Amino acid sequence: MAYFLIRRTIGFVLTLLTVSVVVFAVMNILPGDPALTILGIEASEQALENLRRQLGLNDPVHIRYLNWIGAALQGDFGTSHSFRVPVSELIVERLPLTVSLAISGMVVTIILALVLGVGAAANHGKPGDWGVMFLAQIGIAVPSFWLSILLILLFAVTLGWLPPGGFPGWSDPVGAVRALIMPTAALALVQGAVLARVTRSSALEVMRLDYVRTARASGFSRQRVLWRHVLPNALVPIVTIVGLQFASLVTGTIVIENVFSLPGLGRLIFQSISNRDLPTVQALVMLFAAIVVTVNFIVDVIYVFIDPRLKART
Amino acid sequence: MSGRLPVNLIIGAVLVALVVGVAALSLVWTPHDHAAMTIRNRFQPADATFWLGTDQLGRDIVSQLMVAARNSMTVALVAVLIGGSIGVMFGLLASALGGWVEDLIMRVADIGFAFPALLFAIMLSAVFGPSLTIAVAAIAFINIPVFARVSRASANQIWTRDFVAAARAAGHGRFAISRDHILPNIAAPVIVQGTIEFAVAILAEAALSYLGLGAQPPSPSWGRMLSEAQTLMFMAPHLAIYPGMCIVIAVLGFSLLGDGLRDITDPRLKRRRA
Repeated sequence: MAYFLIRRTIGFVLTLLTVSVVVFAVMNILPGDPALTILGIEASEQALENLRRQLGLNDPVHIRYLNWIGAALQGDFGTSHSFRVPVSELIVERLPLTVSLAISGMVVTIILALVLGVGAAANHGKPGDWGVMFLAQIGIAVPSFWLSILLILLFAVTLGWLPPGGFPGWSDPVGAVRALIMPTAALALVQGAVLARVTRSSALEVMRLDYVRTARASGFSRQRVLWRHVLPNALVPIVTIVGLQFASLVTGTIVIENVFSLPGLGRLIFQSISNRDLPTVQALVMLFAAIVVTVNFIVDVIYVFIDPRLKART
Repeated sequence: MSGRLPVNLIIGAVLVALVVGVAALSLVWTPHDHAAMTIRNRFQPADATFWLGTDQLGRDIVSQLMVAARNSMTVALVAVLIGGSIGVMFGLLASALGGWVEDLIMRVADIGFAFPALLFAIMLSAVFGPSLTIAVAAIAFINIPVFARVSRASANQIWTRDFVAAARAAGHGRFAISRDHILPNIAAPVIVQGTIEFAVAILAEAALSYLGLGAQPPSPSWGRMLSEAQTLMFMAPHLAIYPGMCIVIAVLGFSLLGDGLRDITDPRLKRRRA
Protein backbone atom coordinates (compact mmCIF):
# COMPACT_ATOMS: atom_id res chain seq x y z
CA MET A 1 0.00 0.00 0.00
CA ALA A 2 2.85 2.39 0.83
CA TYR A 3 4.38 1.49 -2.52
CA PHE A 4 1.12 2.32 -4.28
CA LEU A 5 0.83 5.68 -2.52
CA ILE A 6 4.42 6.65 -3.32
CA ARG A 7 3.96 5.70 -6.98
CA ARG A 8 0.72 7.67 -7.21
CA THR A 9 2.31 10.69 -5.53
CA ILE A 10 5.24 10.72 -7.96
CA GLY A 11 2.78 10.39 -10.86
CA PHE A 12 0.74 13.26 -9.43
CA VAL A 13 3.74 15.58 -9.19
CA LEU A 14 4.87 14.66 -12.72
CA THR A 15 1.37 15.31 -14.07
CA LEU A 16 1.25 18.72 -12.42
CA LEU A 17 4.64 19.60 -13.87
CA THR A 18 3.61 18.49 -17.36
CA VAL A 19 0.36 20.44 -17.11
CA SER A 20 2.31 23.55 -16.11
CA VAL A 21 4.63 23.10 -19.09
CA VAL A 22 1.64 22.75 -21.45
CA VAL A 23 -0.09 25.83 -20.02
CA PHE A 24 3.11 27.83 -20.21
CA ALA A 25 3.87 26.63 -23.73
CA VAL A 26 0.43 27.41 -25.12
CA MET A 27 0.33 30.83 -23.47
CA ASN A 28 3.90 31.81 -24.42
CA ILE A 29 5.57 29.92 -27.23
CA LEU A 30 2.75 30.01 -29.74
CA PRO A 31 3.43 32.61 -32.43
CA GLY A 32 2.67 36.15 -31.47
CA ASP A 33 4.27 38.73 -29.21
CA PRO A 34 2.50 38.84 -25.81
CA ALA A 35 3.48 42.48 -25.46
CA LEU A 36 1.82 43.20 -28.81
CA THR A 37 -1.23 41.18 -27.78
CA ILE A 38 -1.55 43.16 -24.55
CA LEU A 39 -0.89 46.66 -25.91
CA GLY A 40 -2.43 46.27 -29.36
CA ILE A 41 -0.88 47.06 -32.75
CA GLU A 42 -1.04 50.82 -32.28
CA ALA A 43 1.49 50.68 -29.41
CA SER A 44 4.88 52.35 -29.87
CA GLU A 45 8.06 50.29 -30.15
CA GLN A 46 9.35 51.88 -26.94
CA ALA A 47 6.26 50.88 -24.95
CA LEU A 48 6.47 47.36 -26.35
CA GLU A 49 10.11 47.07 -25.40
CA ASN A 50 9.42 48.32 -21.86
CA LEU A 51 6.61 45.83 -21.37
CA ARG A 52 8.77 43.02 -22.77
CA ARG A 53 11.45 43.86 -20.25
CA GLN A 54 8.89 44.11 -17.44
CA LEU A 55 7.43 40.69 -18.34
CA GLY A 56 10.90 39.21 -18.70
CA LEU A 57 10.14 38.31 -22.32
CA ASN A 58 13.76 38.88 -23.36
CA ASP A 59 14.96 35.93 -21.24
CA PRO A 60 15.26 32.50 -22.85
CA VAL A 61 12.08 30.44 -22.73
CA HIS A 62 13.18 27.89 -20.15
CA ILE A 63 14.33 30.63 -17.76
CA ARG A 64 10.95 32.33 -18.12
CA TYR A 65 9.19 29.05 -17.36
CA LEU A 66 11.31 28.41 -14.27
CA ASN A 67 10.78 31.98 -13.05
CA TRP A 68 7.04 31.63 -13.51
CA ILE A 69 6.67 28.23 -11.84
CA GLY A 70 9.07 29.16 -9.04
CA ALA A 71 7.15 32.32 -8.24
CA ALA A 72 3.80 30.53 -8.58
CA LEU A 73 4.87 27.92 -6.02
CA GLN A 74 5.40 30.79 -3.60
CA GLY A 75 1.95 32.18 -4.37
CA ASP A 76 3.13 34.88 -6.75
CA PHE A 77 1.28 34.68 -10.07
CA GLY A 78 2.54 37.95 -11.48
CA THR A 79 0.66 41.18 -11.96
CA SER A 80 -2.63 41.59 -13.75
CA HIS A 81 -2.43 44.13 -16.60
CA SER A 82 -6.03 45.16 -16.51
CA PHE A 83 -6.51 45.39 -12.74
CA ARG A 84 -2.94 46.51 -12.01
CA VAL A 85 -2.78 44.41 -8.82
CA PRO A 86 -1.10 41.07 -8.11
CA VAL A 87 -3.04 38.17 -9.69
CA SER A 88 -2.91 36.34 -6.34
CA GLU A 89 -4.91 39.19 -4.80
CA LEU A 90 -7.59 38.85 -7.47
CA ILE A 91 -7.71 35.11 -6.87
CA VAL A 92 -7.97 35.38 -3.08
CA GLU A 93 -10.77 37.90 -3.46
CA ARG A 94 -12.85 35.69 -5.74
CA LEU A 95 -11.95 32.21 -4.56
CA PRO A 96 -14.53 31.95 -1.73
CA LEU A 97 -17.44 32.44 -4.13
CA THR A 98 -16.17 29.87 -6.64
CA VAL A 99 -15.34 27.33 -3.94
CA SER A 100 -18.74 27.82 -2.28
CA LEU A 101 -20.48 27.30 -5.58
CA ALA A 102 -18.40 24.22 -6.44
CA ILE A 103 -18.88 22.63 -3.01
CA SER A 104 -22.59 23.34 -2.74
CA GLY A 105 -22.99 22.07 -6.32
CA MET A 106 -21.09 18.88 -5.53
CA VAL A 107 -22.95 18.23 -2.26
CA VAL A 108 -26.38 18.71 -3.81
CA THR A 109 -25.28 16.58 -6.80
CA ILE A 110 -24.24 13.70 -4.56
CA ILE A 111 -27.35 13.84 -2.37
CA LEU A 112 -29.60 14.05 -5.43
CA ALA A 113 -27.79 11.21 -7.20
CA LEU A 114 -27.72 8.86 -4.19
CA VAL A 115 -31.39 9.38 -3.32
CA LEU A 116 -32.59 9.10 -6.93
CA GLY A 117 -30.15 6.35 -7.92
CA VAL A 118 -30.73 4.07 -4.92
CA GLY A 119 -34.44 4.85 -5.02
CA ALA A 120 -34.61 3.85 -8.69
CA ALA A 121 -32.64 0.66 -8.04
CA ALA A 122 -34.96 -0.26 -5.16
CA ASN A 123 -37.94 0.17 -7.48
CA HIS A 124 -36.26 -1.59 -10.39
CA GLY A 125 -38.58 -1.91 -13.38
CA LYS A 126 -41.39 0.11 -11.77
CA PRO A 127 -42.63 3.57 -12.85
CA GLY A 128 -40.38 5.31 -10.31
CA ASP A 129 -37.33 3.69 -11.88
CA TRP A 130 -38.46 4.64 -15.39
CA GLY A 131 -39.10 8.20 -14.25
CA VAL A 132 -35.60 8.57 -12.81
CA MET A 133 -34.00 7.00 -15.87
CA PHE A 134 -35.98 9.29 -18.16
CA LEU A 135 -35.02 12.40 -16.21
CA ALA A 136 -31.38 11.31 -16.07
CA GLN A 137 -31.32 10.77 -19.84
CA ILE A 138 -32.79 14.23 -20.47
CA GLY A 139 -30.53 15.78 -17.80
CA ILE A 140 -27.44 14.58 -19.62
CA ALA A 141 -28.56 16.36 -22.78
CA VAL A 142 -29.54 19.67 -21.16
CA PRO A 143 -26.77 22.28 -21.19
CA SER A 144 -26.34 23.83 -17.74
CA PHE A 145 -26.48 27.35 -19.16
CA TRP A 146 -29.86 26.71 -20.78
CA LEU A 147 -31.20 25.15 -17.59
CA SER A 148 -29.99 28.31 -15.82
CA ILE A 149 -31.84 30.51 -18.29
CA LEU A 150 -35.02 28.47 -17.80
CA LEU A 151 -34.66 28.76 -14.01
CA ILE A 152 -34.16 32.51 -14.34
CA LEU A 153 -37.24 32.73 -16.59
CA LEU A 154 -39.35 30.87 -14.03
CA PHE A 155 -38.07 32.00 -10.64
CA ALA A 156 -36.80 35.50 -11.43
CA VAL A 157 -38.74 36.82 -14.44
CA THR A 158 -42.12 35.16 -13.90
CA LEU A 159 -42.38 34.50 -10.15
CA GLY A 160 -39.88 37.09 -8.92
CA TRP A 161 -38.77 34.87 -6.00
CA LEU A 162 -35.03 34.98 -6.65
CA PRO A 163 -32.63 37.51 -8.16
CA PRO A 164 -31.86 36.87 -11.86
CA GLY A 165 -28.12 37.15 -11.24
CA GLY A 166 -25.40 39.16 -9.55
CA PHE A 167 -24.01 38.79 -6.06
CA PRO A 168 -24.57 41.14 -3.09
CA GLY A 169 -21.39 40.09 -1.26
CA TRP A 170 -20.86 37.99 1.86
CA SER A 171 -21.77 40.86 4.20
CA ASP A 172 -25.37 40.14 3.24
CA PRO A 173 -25.60 36.41 4.08
CA VAL A 174 -29.28 36.00 3.18
CA GLY A 175 -28.79 37.74 -0.14
CA ALA A 176 -25.65 35.69 -0.81
CA VAL A 177 -27.49 32.42 -0.21
CA ARG A 178 -30.43 33.54 -2.33
CA ALA A 179 -28.03 34.46 -5.13
CA LEU A 180 -26.46 30.99 -4.99
CA ILE A 181 -29.68 28.91 -5.01
CA MET A 182 -30.28 28.90 -8.77
CA PRO A 183 -26.59 28.52 -9.74
CA THR A 184 -26.28 25.55 -7.39
CA ALA A 185 -29.46 23.99 -8.71
CA ALA A 186 -28.36 24.42 -12.34
CA LEU A 187 -25.01 22.82 -11.59
CA ALA A 188 -26.38 19.97 -9.49
CA LEU A 189 -29.33 18.97 -11.69
CA VAL A 190 -27.11 18.40 -14.73
CA GLN A 191 -24.28 16.71 -12.83
CA GLY A 192 -26.72 14.73 -10.69
CA ALA A 193 -28.33 13.20 -13.76
CA VAL A 194 -25.08 11.51 -14.78
CA LEU A 195 -24.30 10.36 -11.26
CA ALA A 196 -27.80 9.05 -10.60
CA ARG A 197 -27.47 6.69 -13.55
CA VAL A 198 -24.18 5.32 -12.27
CA THR A 199 -25.54 5.00 -8.74
CA ARG A 200 -28.58 3.11 -9.98
CA SER A 201 -26.65 0.57 -12.06
CA SER A 202 -24.01 0.12 -9.38
CA ALA A 203 -26.66 -0.44 -6.70
CA LEU A 204 -28.48 -2.89 -8.99
CA GLU A 205 -25.33 -4.99 -9.36
CA VAL A 206 -24.80 -5.15 -5.61
CA MET A 207 -28.45 -5.95 -4.92
CA ARG A 208 -28.11 -9.16 -6.93
CA LEU A 209 -25.39 -10.46 -4.62
CA ASP A 210 -26.06 -13.25 -2.15
CA TYR A 211 -25.21 -11.39 1.01
CA VAL A 212 -27.92 -8.83 0.31
CA ARG A 213 -30.47 -11.63 0.19
CA THR A 214 -28.98 -13.06 3.38
CA ALA A 215 -29.26 -9.70 5.10
CA ARG A 216 -32.90 -9.38 4.05
CA ALA A 217 -33.59 -12.98 5.09
CA SER A 218 -32.09 -12.44 8.53
CA GLY A 219 -34.74 -9.82 9.13
CA PHE A 220 -33.10 -6.47 8.43
CA SER A 221 -35.53 -3.95 7.03
CA ARG A 222 -35.49 -3.10 3.36
CA GLN A 223 -34.34 0.46 4.03
CA ARG A 224 -31.55 -0.67 6.36
CA VAL A 225 -30.22 -3.18 3.87
CA LEU A 226 -30.40 -0.59 1.12
CA TRP A 227 -28.47 2.15 2.91
CA ARG A 228 -26.20 0.10 5.16
CA HIS A 229 -25.35 -2.90 3.00
CA VAL A 230 -26.00 -2.04 -0.64
CA LEU A 231 -24.83 1.56 -0.82
CA PRO A 232 -21.38 1.21 0.81
CA ASN A 233 -20.55 -1.62 -1.53
CA ALA A 234 -21.83 0.26 -4.54
CA LEU A 235 -19.60 3.24 -3.76
CA VAL A 236 -16.46 2.43 -5.79
CA PRO A 237 -17.87 3.22 -9.25
CA ILE A 238 -19.76 6.17 -7.77
CA VAL A 239 -16.56 7.68 -6.36
CA THR A 240 -14.84 7.13 -9.71
CA ILE A 241 -17.51 9.09 -11.53
CA VAL A 242 -17.53 11.82 -8.86
CA GLY A 243 -13.80 12.21 -9.47
CA LEU A 244 -14.19 12.26 -13.25
CA GLN A 245 -17.12 14.64 -12.94
CA PHE A 246 -15.06 17.07 -10.96
CA ALA A 247 -13.47 18.30 -14.18
CA SER A 248 -16.89 19.02 -15.63
CA LEU A 249 -17.98 20.57 -12.34
CA VAL A 250 -15.04 22.97 -12.56
CA THR A 251 -15.94 23.95 -16.13
CA GLY A 252 -19.58 24.02 -15.07
CA THR A 253 -18.70 26.55 -12.38
CA ILE A 254 -16.92 28.75 -14.92
CA VAL A 255 -19.97 28.66 -17.20
CA ILE A 256 -22.53 29.17 -14.43
CA GLU A 257 -20.67 32.14 -12.95
CA ASN A 258 -20.90 33.80 -16.33
CA VAL A 259 -24.59 32.99 -16.74
CA PHE A 260 -25.47 34.51 -13.36
CA SER A 261 -22.77 37.25 -13.41
CA LEU A 262 -21.27 35.94 -10.18
CA PRO A 263 -17.94 37.65 -9.45
CA GLY A 264 -15.87 34.45 -9.00
CA LEU A 265 -12.82 33.01 -10.74
CA GLY A 266 -14.82 31.90 -13.78
CA ARG A 267 -16.07 35.43 -14.36
CA LEU A 268 -12.53 36.75 -13.83
CA ILE A 269 -11.15 34.42 -16.51
CA PHE A 270 -13.58 35.83 -19.08
CA GLN A 271 -12.96 39.43 -18.09
CA SER A 272 -9.24 38.70 -18.46
CA ILE A 273 -9.75 37.28 -21.96
CA SER A 274 -11.58 40.40 -23.12
CA ASN A 275 -8.94 42.57 -21.41
CA ARG A 276 -6.11 40.60 -23.07
CA ASP A 277 -4.77 40.06 -19.57
CA LEU A 278 -2.54 37.06 -20.32
CA PRO A 279 -0.80 36.63 -16.93
CA THR A 280 -4.18 36.39 -15.22
CA VAL A 281 -5.55 33.90 -17.75
CA GLN A 282 -2.38 31.82 -17.46
CA ALA A 283 -2.57 31.74 -13.66
CA LEU A 284 -6.27 30.87 -13.64
CA VAL A 285 -6.01 28.12 -16.26
CA MET A 286 -3.12 26.63 -14.31
CA LEU A 287 -5.12 26.87 -11.09
CA PHE A 288 -8.18 25.17 -12.58
CA ALA A 289 -6.11 22.41 -14.21
CA ALA A 290 -4.21 21.88 -10.94
CA ILE A 291 -7.52 21.53 -9.08
CA VAL A 292 -8.71 18.88 -11.55
CA VAL A 293 -5.43 16.93 -11.31
CA THR A 294 -5.37 17.16 -7.51
CA VAL A 295 -8.94 15.94 -7.15
CA ASN A 296 -8.22 12.98 -9.45
CA PHE A 297 -5.23 12.13 -7.31
CA ILE A 298 -7.28 12.31 -4.11
CA VAL A 299 -9.94 10.07 -5.68
CA ASP A 300 -7.26 7.51 -6.57
CA VAL A 301 -6.05 7.48 -2.99
CA ILE A 302 -9.58 7.24 -1.61
CA TYR A 303 -10.11 4.08 -3.70
CA VAL A 304 -7.52 2.25 -1.70
CA PHE A 305 -9.38 3.04 1.46
CA ILE A 306 -12.88 2.18 0.30
CA ASP A 307 -12.03 -0.92 -1.72
CA PRO A 308 -10.50 -3.55 0.55
CA ARG A 309 -9.57 -5.70 -2.46
CA LEU A 310 -7.29 -2.94 -3.74
CA LYS A 311 -5.73 -2.58 -0.31
CA ALA A 312 -4.87 -6.26 -0.18
CA ARG A 313 -3.35 -6.23 -3.64
CA THR A 314 -1.08 -3.23 -3.23
CA MET B 1 -28.24 -9.49 -33.25
CA SER B 2 -31.46 -11.43 -33.35
CA GLY B 3 -34.66 -10.00 -31.95
CA ARG B 4 -35.79 -6.44 -31.55
CA LEU B 5 -33.51 -3.45 -31.84
CA PRO B 6 -33.02 -1.58 -28.56
CA VAL B 7 -35.46 1.28 -27.97
CA ASN B 8 -32.67 3.82 -27.39
CA LEU B 9 -31.20 2.96 -30.79
CA ILE B 10 -34.49 3.61 -32.56
CA ILE B 11 -35.29 6.87 -30.74
CA GLY B 12 -31.69 8.03 -31.15
CA ALA B 13 -31.68 7.24 -34.87
CA VAL B 14 -34.96 9.11 -35.41
CA LEU B 15 -33.73 12.22 -33.55
CA VAL B 16 -30.36 12.15 -35.32
CA ALA B 17 -32.09 11.76 -38.71
CA LEU B 18 -34.30 14.73 -37.85
CA VAL B 19 -31.40 17.01 -36.87
CA VAL B 20 -29.11 15.94 -39.70
CA GLY B 21 -32.03 16.17 -42.15
CA VAL B 22 -32.86 19.72 -41.07
CA ALA B 23 -29.19 20.68 -41.19
CA ALA B 24 -28.88 19.27 -44.73
CA LEU B 25 -32.13 20.93 -45.80
CA SER B 26 -30.77 24.32 -44.67
CA LEU B 27 -28.14 24.00 -47.40
CA VAL B 28 -30.78 24.30 -50.10
CA TRP B 29 -33.84 25.80 -48.40
CA THR B 30 -34.85 27.81 -45.35
CA PRO B 31 -38.27 29.50 -44.94
CA HIS B 32 -36.58 32.91 -45.02
CA ASP B 33 -33.07 34.28 -45.41
CA HIS B 34 -31.68 33.55 -41.96
CA ALA B 35 -29.67 36.78 -41.88
CA ALA B 36 -32.28 39.11 -43.37
CA MET B 37 -33.05 41.83 -40.83
CA THR B 38 -36.34 43.66 -41.01
CA ILE B 39 -36.63 45.95 -38.03
CA ARG B 40 -40.33 46.46 -38.80
CA ASN B 41 -40.84 42.74 -38.11
CA ARG B 42 -38.94 42.56 -34.82
CA PHE B 43 -40.35 40.36 -32.01
CA GLN B 44 -43.12 38.96 -34.23
CA PRO B 45 -45.08 36.19 -32.54
CA ALA B 46 -45.30 32.79 -34.23
CA ASP B 47 -47.63 32.85 -37.24
CA ALA B 48 -48.00 31.42 -40.75
CA THR B 49 -45.13 33.51 -42.14
CA PHE B 50 -42.68 33.27 -39.22
CA TRP B 51 -43.36 29.80 -37.75
CA LEU B 52 -41.62 30.51 -34.46
CA GLY B 53 -41.63 34.31 -34.71
CA THR B 54 -38.72 36.70 -35.14
CA ASP B 55 -35.90 38.00 -32.93
CA GLN B 56 -34.82 41.48 -31.86
CA LEU B 57 -33.61 42.31 -35.37
CA GLY B 58 -36.60 40.85 -37.17
CA ARG B 59 -34.74 37.73 -38.31
CA ASP B 60 -36.73 34.53 -38.77
CA ILE B 61 -36.13 32.13 -35.87
CA VAL B 62 -36.79 28.89 -37.76
CA SER B 63 -34.29 29.79 -40.49
CA GLN B 64 -31.67 30.69 -37.91
CA LEU B 65 -32.21 27.45 -35.99
CA MET B 66 -31.82 25.46 -39.22
CA VAL B 67 -28.56 27.12 -40.22
CA ALA B 68 -27.34 26.82 -36.62
CA ALA B 69 -28.05 23.06 -36.80
CA ARG B 70 -25.82 22.83 -39.87
CA ASN B 71 -23.05 24.84 -38.15
CA SER B 72 -23.28 22.73 -35.03
CA MET B 73 -23.12 19.45 -36.99
CA THR B 74 -20.16 20.71 -39.00
CA VAL B 75 -18.21 21.72 -35.90
CA ALA B 76 -18.92 18.41 -34.17
CA LEU B 77 -18.07 16.38 -37.26
CA VAL B 78 -14.78 18.13 -37.96
CA ALA B 79 -13.71 18.13 -34.31
CA VAL B 80 -14.56 14.47 -33.69
CA LEU B 81 -12.99 13.37 -36.99
CA ILE B 82 -9.72 15.21 -36.33
CA GLY B 83 -9.50 14.31 -32.64
CA GLY B 84 -10.69 10.76 -33.33
CA SER B 85 -8.19 10.06 -36.11
CA ILE B 86 -5.25 11.36 -34.10
CA GLY B 87 -6.43 9.53 -31.00
CA VAL B 88 -6.93 6.22 -32.81
CA MET B 89 -3.50 6.59 -34.39
CA PHE B 90 -1.90 6.98 -30.98
CA GLY B 91 -3.98 4.15 -29.55
CA LEU B 92 -2.91 1.78 -32.36
CA LEU B 93 0.69 2.87 -31.98
CA ALA B 94 0.63 2.28 -28.21
CA SER B 95 -0.91 -1.13 -28.67
CA ALA B 96 1.42 -2.16 -31.51
CA LEU B 97 4.65 -1.12 -29.81
CA GLY B 98 3.86 -1.82 -26.17
CA GLY B 99 6.52 -1.28 -23.55
CA TRP B 100 7.62 2.21 -22.64
CA VAL B 101 6.03 3.75 -25.76
CA GLU B 102 2.64 2.48 -24.65
CA ASP B 103 3.25 3.70 -21.09
CA LEU B 104 4.30 7.11 -22.32
CA ILE B 105 1.36 7.55 -24.69
CA MET B 106 -1.15 6.49 -22.06
CA ARG B 107 0.41 8.73 -19.41
CA VAL B 108 0.22 11.70 -21.75
CA ALA B 109 -3.39 10.77 -22.51
CA ASP B 110 -4.11 10.82 -18.77
CA ILE B 111 -2.72 14.32 -18.62
CA GLY B 112 -4.96 15.33 -21.51
CA PHE B 113 -7.93 14.57 -19.28
CA ALA B 114 -6.82 17.36 -16.93
CA PHE B 115 -7.83 19.87 -19.60
CA PRO B 116 -11.54 20.22 -20.11
CA ALA B 117 -12.36 21.64 -23.58
CA LEU B 118 -13.37 24.91 -21.97
CA LEU B 119 -9.98 25.48 -20.33
CA PHE B 120 -8.22 24.72 -23.59
CA ALA B 121 -10.51 27.06 -25.52
CA ILE B 122 -9.92 29.76 -22.89
CA MET B 123 -6.13 29.47 -23.29
CA LEU B 124 -6.26 29.57 -27.10
CA SER B 125 -8.80 32.40 -27.15
CA ALA B 126 -6.68 34.49 -24.80
CA VAL B 127 -3.72 34.12 -27.15
CA PHE B 128 -5.38 34.28 -30.59
CA GLY B 129 -8.71 35.94 -29.88
CA PRO B 130 -11.92 33.87 -29.88
CA SER B 131 -13.07 32.16 -33.09
CA LEU B 132 -14.92 29.10 -34.28
CA THR B 133 -11.62 27.53 -35.40
CA ILE B 134 -10.38 27.66 -31.82
CA ALA B 135 -13.57 26.04 -30.56
CA VAL B 136 -13.08 23.22 -33.09
CA ALA B 137 -9.41 22.84 -32.10
CA ALA B 138 -10.27 22.68 -28.40
CA ILE B 139 -13.01 20.08 -28.89
CA ALA B 140 -10.77 18.05 -31.22
CA PHE B 141 -7.95 18.19 -28.70
CA ILE B 142 -9.96 16.75 -25.81
CA ASN B 143 -11.09 13.93 -28.10
CA ILE B 144 -7.54 12.71 -28.68
CA PRO B 145 -7.00 11.04 -25.27
CA VAL B 146 -10.55 9.65 -25.27
CA PHE B 147 -10.03 7.84 -28.57
CA ALA B 148 -6.46 6.85 -27.72
CA ARG B 149 -7.78 5.03 -24.65
CA VAL B 150 -10.68 3.29 -26.36
CA SER B 151 -8.69 2.17 -29.38
CA ARG B 152 -5.72 0.97 -27.37
CA ALA B 153 -7.91 -1.08 -25.02
CA SER B 154 -9.76 -2.67 -27.96
CA ALA B 155 -6.57 -3.16 -29.98
CA ASN B 156 -4.85 -4.92 -27.10
CA GLN B 157 -7.63 -7.51 -27.14
CA ILE B 158 -7.32 -8.07 -30.89
CA TRP B 159 -3.54 -8.50 -30.66
CA THR B 160 -4.07 -11.66 -28.60
CA ARG B 161 -6.20 -13.30 -31.33
CA ASP B 162 -4.98 -16.24 -33.39
CA PHE B 163 -5.39 -14.54 -36.76
CA VAL B 164 -3.04 -11.79 -35.63
CA ALA B 165 -0.50 -14.39 -34.50
CA ALA B 166 -0.90 -16.00 -37.93
CA ALA B 167 -0.28 -12.69 -39.68
CA ARG B 168 2.83 -12.14 -37.57
CA ALA B 169 4.07 -15.64 -38.35
CA ALA B 170 3.51 -14.87 -42.04
CA GLY B 171 6.01 -12.06 -41.62
CA HIS B 172 3.73 -9.02 -41.57
CA GLY B 173 5.09 -6.05 -39.63
CA ARG B 174 3.45 -4.42 -36.63
CA PHE B 175 2.26 -1.39 -38.57
CA ALA B 176 0.89 -3.41 -41.48
CA ILE B 177 -1.01 -5.62 -39.02
CA SER B 178 -2.32 -2.54 -37.19
CA ARG B 179 -3.62 -1.14 -40.46
CA ASP B 180 -4.96 -4.32 -42.09
CA HIS B 181 -6.17 -6.38 -39.15
CA ILE B 182 -6.43 -4.35 -35.96
CA LEU B 183 -8.08 -1.21 -37.31
CA PRO B 184 -11.04 -2.97 -39.01
CA ASN B 185 -11.62 -4.99 -35.86
CA ILE B 186 -11.74 -2.05 -33.49
CA ALA B 187 -14.06 -0.07 -35.78
CA ALA B 188 -17.19 -0.92 -33.77
CA PRO B 189 -16.10 0.44 -30.37
CA VAL B 190 -14.49 3.45 -32.07
CA ILE B 191 -17.70 4.29 -33.95
CA VAL B 192 -19.75 3.88 -30.75
CA GLN B 193 -17.39 6.24 -28.95
CA GLY B 194 -17.48 8.63 -31.90
CA THR B 195 -21.27 8.85 -31.75
CA ILE B 196 -21.19 9.60 -28.03
CA GLU B 197 -18.39 12.14 -28.48
CA PHE B 198 -20.49 13.76 -31.21
CA ALA B 199 -23.09 14.52 -28.56
CA VAL B 200 -20.41 15.85 -26.22
CA ALA B 201 -19.03 18.02 -29.03
CA ILE B 202 -22.45 19.55 -29.79
CA LEU B 203 -22.83 20.42 -26.10
CA ALA B 204 -19.30 21.86 -25.95
CA GLU B 205 -19.78 23.97 -29.09
CA ALA B 206 -23.03 25.35 -27.71
CA ALA B 207 -21.38 26.24 -24.38
CA LEU B 208 -18.36 27.84 -26.07
CA SER B 209 -20.56 29.85 -28.43
CA TYR B 210 -22.78 30.89 -25.52
CA LEU B 211 -19.67 32.19 -23.74
CA GLY B 212 -18.49 34.00 -26.87
CA LEU B 213 -15.59 31.64 -27.55
CA GLY B 214 -17.18 29.83 -30.48
CA ALA B 215 -19.25 30.94 -33.46
CA GLN B 216 -18.89 34.69 -33.99
CA PRO B 217 -21.67 36.90 -35.37
CA PRO B 218 -23.28 36.80 -37.88
CA SER B 219 -22.90 33.01 -38.09
CA PRO B 220 -25.97 31.57 -36.30
CA SER B 221 -25.35 29.20 -33.43
CA TRP B 222 -27.74 27.76 -30.85
CA GLY B 223 -25.40 28.74 -28.04
CA ARG B 224 -25.01 32.32 -29.22
CA MET B 225 -28.75 32.69 -29.85
CA LEU B 226 -29.24 31.78 -26.18
CA SER B 227 -26.71 34.31 -24.94
CA GLU B 228 -28.43 37.03 -27.01
CA ALA B 229 -31.83 35.88 -25.80
CA GLN B 230 -30.73 36.09 -22.17
CA THR B 231 -30.36 39.86 -22.42
CA LEU B 232 -33.93 40.12 -23.78
CA MET B 233 -35.58 37.73 -21.34
CA PHE B 234 -38.05 40.24 -19.96
CA MET B 235 -39.16 41.36 -23.45
CA ALA B 236 -39.11 38.12 -25.40
CA PRO B 237 -38.83 35.01 -23.22
CA HIS B 238 -39.68 32.72 -26.16
CA LEU B 239 -36.29 33.48 -27.76
CA ALA B 240 -34.63 31.65 -24.87
CA ILE B 241 -36.66 28.47 -25.38
CA TYR B 242 -36.22 27.14 -28.93
CA PRO B 243 -32.40 27.08 -29.30
CA GLY B 244 -32.13 25.15 -26.02
CA MET B 245 -34.68 22.62 -27.22
CA CYS B 246 -32.65 22.13 -30.40
CA ILE B 247 -29.50 21.46 -28.36
CA VAL B 248 -31.34 18.93 -26.19
CA ILE B 249 -32.81 17.11 -29.21
CA ALA B 250 -29.43 16.90 -30.97
CA VAL B 251 -27.45 15.83 -27.89
CA LEU B 252 -30.11 13.36 -26.78
CA GLY B 253 -30.26 11.88 -30.30
CA PHE B 254 -26.54 11.24 -30.62
CA SER B 255 -26.08 9.94 -27.07
CA LEU B 256 -29.07 7.56 -27.38
CA LEU B 257 -27.80 6.40 -30.76
CA GLY B 258 -24.34 5.80 -29.26
CA ASP B 259 -25.79 3.86 -26.31
CA GLY B 260 -27.95 1.82 -28.67
CA LEU B 261 -25.05 1.02 -30.98
CA ARG B 262 -23.02 -0.08 -27.98
CA ASP B 263 -25.84 -2.36 -26.84
CA ILE B 264 -25.93 -4.19 -30.17
CA THR B 265 -22.16 -4.32 -30.77
CA ASP B 266 -20.87 -5.20 -27.30
CA PRO B 267 -21.52 -8.90 -26.66
CA ARG B 268 -20.70 -8.54 -22.97
CA LEU B 269 -23.66 -6.23 -22.44
CA LYS B 270 -25.94 -8.39 -24.54
CA ARG B 271 -25.32 -11.38 -22.34
CA ARG B 272 -26.06 -9.33 -19.26
CA ARG B 273 -29.31 -8.06 -20.71
CA ALA B 274 -30.56 -11.51 -21.60
